[in-house]
Amino acid sequence: MRSSVIIFPGSNCDRDMDVALKKFGFKNQMVWHNEQAIPKSDLIVLPGGFSYGDYLRCGSIASKSKIIKSVIDFANSGGLVLGICNGFQILTETGLLKGILQQNKFLNFICSNVFVKVKDKQNKYFKDLKKDVLELHIAHNEGNYFCSNDELKSLEDNNQIAVTYCGEDGTENEKTNPNGAIKNIAGIFNKNKNVLGMMPHPERMIDKYLSGEDGSLFFKNILDNFK
Amino acid sequence: MKIKVIVTLKNGVLDPQGKAIQQTLNGMNFGNVEDVRQGKYFEIVVKEKDEKKAKSLVDDMCKKLLANLVIEDYKIV
Repeated sequence: MRSSVIIFPGSNCDRDMDVALKKFGFKNQMVWHNEQAIPKSDLIVLPGGFSYGDYLRCGSIASKSKIIKSVIDFANSGGLVLGICNGFQILTETGLLKGILQQNKFLNFICSNVFVKVKDKQNKYFKDLKKDVLELHIAHNEGNYFCSNDELKSLEDNNQIAVTYCGEDGTENEKTNPNGAIKNIAGIFNKNKNVLGMMPHPERMIDKYLSGEDGSLFFKNILDNFK
Repeated sequence: MKIKVIVTLKNGVLDPQGKAIQQTLNGMNFGNVEDVRQGKYFEIVVKEKDEKKAKSLVDDMCKKLLANLVIEDYKIV
């Protein structure tokens, strides 16, 4: 499976993502934001970081960069696009995903492990995933997902909520919500479920000695579903 | 021509920074501060002499970049 990771000025999880993808067998390439075309890919990843220093709004400047038109065309033609953290923020700013990531409710930068519940498995990312709750890592200041009531209803009606913050046993409530996100939302899909944006970093959970391996499950699952 | 724009959070959208500023002001003995909403201010110099045209250009910029209409409103002043 071929993948491309887009690098923006200020991206800082691009190399972690490269390491993770290659570890599980993706043929990955790095693509600079100033390119116009993306090499043939089955998956495009917008990595985490602080593209353009988070100026104006997180992800807003990157969402207008030269490469983005190709990303949008690829997504609209059904290609898999994954945005992690800042990548999720960029995807909402392009309009590929609904809503916006606001500043965390308690104004703190959060860097910690969290549990997330997989809410939908009828898609190429989570289909046949053996676990329902994953332990992943978050590190963000703007992860407080917000959208209008109408948009929320349509996300729920179409099963577009991908992952939600929860406890180890899967309980979702205010206590297991780190940043104030509406309905504990940690990640969502577009309508066709080929575009996934999420705040947690699976690429930081790919080594059993350093972190945990729930990220490994995530990447292996994408590959398995591609075969 | 210089056009000025103010971008604010929509009513009902949580503004934690505004809240923190309000609480700080209250703590500084400005007890009568009931609410603070924080926003952004832009001065945009456009190569255009016709005010109406300049404002319509800036309006387009607001919709496409300066404001995110999911949570923000803008006002050209």
